[in-house]
Amino acid sequence: MNLTLVLFLIVVGITLVITGWAARRTRTTVQFWAAGRGIKGWQNGLAIAGDYMSAASFLGIAGLIAFNGYDGFMYSVGWLVAYLTVLFLIAEPMRNTGKYTIADVLSYRMSPIPVRSAAAFSTVAVSASYMMAQMIGAGSLIKILIPTLDSALKPWFNWTVLGTKLDPSITIVGVLMMVYVIAGGMVATTWVQIVKAVLLMGGAILLSFLVLLHFGFNLGRFFDTIAGVKDKASGLNFTQPGILYPYGKKQVLGIDLALLDNVSLGMALILGTAGLPHILMRFFTVPDAKAARQSVAWAMGLIGSFYIMTTFLGFGAATLVGKTNICATVTAGCKPNSNLAAPRLAEYLGTQFFGGTGGEFLLAFIAAVAFATILAVVAGLTLAASGAFSHDFYVNVIRTHILHGHVSDREQVLVARITAGLVGLLSIWLAARVGATANAAALVAGVAFVIASAANLPAILFTLFWKRFNTWGAVASLVGGSLVTIWLVAIGPGWTVPVNANPAFPLQNVGIVSIPIGFLLAIVGTYLGELVKADRLAEQKFHEIDVRAQTGLGAEPVPAG
Amino acid sequence: MEIDRSRPSQPSSGTQEESREGGPAGEDVAYWEGLEQTDEFKRLVAARMRFVLPATVFFLVYYFLLPLANGLAPDFMRTDVIGHVNIAYLFALSQFVMAWLLAWFYLRQATNVFDRLAAMVRERASRGRGTTP
Repeated sequence: MNLTLVLFLIVVGITLVITGWAARRTRTTVQFWAAGRGIKGWQNGLAIAGDYMSAASFLGIAGLIAFNGYDGFMYSVGWLVAYLTVLFLIAEPMRNTGKYTIADVLSYRMSPIPVRSAAAFSTVAVSASYMMAQMIGAGSLIKILIPTLDSALKPWFNWTVLGTKLDPSITIVGVLMMVYVIAGGMVATTWVQIVKAVLLMGGAILLSFLVLLHFGFNLGRFFDTIAGVKDKASGLNFTQPGILYPYGKKQVLGIDLALLDNVSLGMALILGTAGLPHILMRFFTVPDAKAARQSVAWAMGLIGSFYIMTTFLGFGAATLVGKTNICATVTAGCKPNSNLAAPRLAEYLGTQFFGGTGGEFLLAFIAAVAFATILAVVAGLTLAASGAFSHDFYVNVIRTHILHGHVSDREQVLVARITAGLVGLLSIWLAARVGATANAAALVAGVAFVIASAANLPAILFTLFWKRFNTWGAVASLVGGSLVTIWLVAIGPGWTVPVNANPAFPLQNVGIVSIPIGFLLAIVGTYLGELVKADRLAEQKFHEIDVRAQTGLGAEPVPAG
Repeated sequence: MEIDRSRPSQPSSGTQEESREGGPAGEDVAYWEGLEQTDEFKRLVAARMRFVLPATVFFLVYYFLLPLANGLAPDFMRTDVIGHVNIAYLFALSQFVMAWLLAWFYLRQATNVFDRLAAMVRERASRGRGTTP
């Protein structure tokens, strides 16, 4: 039997055992959405790392560095520093004032019907774009890394739903994430993420160790070799900035385009993390604010170490394997695919140190790690998106505030499970549909970070720290920030296939424009609301959220049992 | 940390006809405003601000210096320092050290100072409505 398939089945087996165990601990609403608030700080730190480091981090960054050298490392830096925003401003106030979702925090002060609806909208916009990127990536990865699985399923997998042919690989990922979330809720999701974080760290440490071993632990020699790799177009070597961002080529309004793009990317990375619903949701799973803060510290340790190792993986692949050899099939004509830098590096190192079987095994292991990585992230996203639909929209907006009904715990959990199923099915279908236009896949992941920073971050920050902020401002940033971002991306370069050479908006990373607009909308909305005297209660309620966010008074308790 | 159970108002789950979910308005506003005005709370906020504000400004400036320097002075950033390890790579690595150090400072400050001050505010609150000014 194929080795990759065996490791793949082991990963699936482990996660299903976890889910079975978790299902018995998932009966109440607080267990489903917040794992009973019983996750320890270090466990949550591992889970955050598992929730955060997607295939884009593992395969994507390693590939970017392997193909472009130093510039690919910029993502790594931004994705770690981003956690300072989370640590200083968001994590503890979130735990102190929230229950299950971002909207819980906002509707403390704001009028619940409009704000919950708006927050549900932006949460779904962020999670959906992130989800699409993950699912499409998963689909193409499984096809390449575990071809036996894809080809085994293909013959009897021939369903066309609403004009879209379903993709077997995407469907497997989708079905597994549905099983985790529906059966085991946040408990299963957390432990799948913890297992994944351990696997991912293990894989990265092993590969980095072998790369360094190859160079005899001589960093000087390693860097000499990297400097020997040249980029043809620019003539720069791989230790130098400027390959991915060709500075000094094109200008916009008298400013260097590559510089703008790079700064714009940085803004989205560094501010977006603090507005990602599936990450913020994790802070409701710990007992108190202190544990929330400790979990960020743990996550920063893990994420930072991992991202430093991306340079060993990326540079290792660039020097040992080489861009021209990083492709799906070496025999049938090599079409370079940057996502395969880490797997091909694993194969090379395994073969070098342990012979042919070793190479095969290490490749299979890294493929399994990549697969676990995707599963853990999409499970977190499913949970966040279904939280917006069921907890925010169905339970709170429709049942509680419009129909003025009481929603029993049983019904809440049932609805949560149903929406998780719907989110899963919709993702499987959408990913198969969007997947056809491959260019969109890489882009939509970036969009998630920009929407999170342009829509969610201003709403959360101002709710917690600005006394005058009101419902109008919150809705303006949540809805306006999302829409402006999506619009700018749609008229920018890169959305269409082939890439539009003369787009209406010059930047691929739209954050530098849309993030200030998001904050501006929040401020303008607030003053307009004040002008028509729409929402005086929001200002009065500030005193309460102010005290609660800082002190933890009245924070959601850990339920007994 | 112990969860304070003697809070004056449970967050209502929205069954009442008020337009906010954080409990009824009215006298509650006066209660929270009162707590907000206590010395303990003011000290907590001041202590947090003294750390968080400069630290946030610092890490934002330090972080954006990297892409700005790479874009504005690429030749300088490409200068090799030790062997082929150049300024750009060392500056990028220093971002990790910076993030870890700031996080560590924050954690220390939070455990030693913020937690103690927050506990004093909760203590004050648990003494009940009567004692808040």
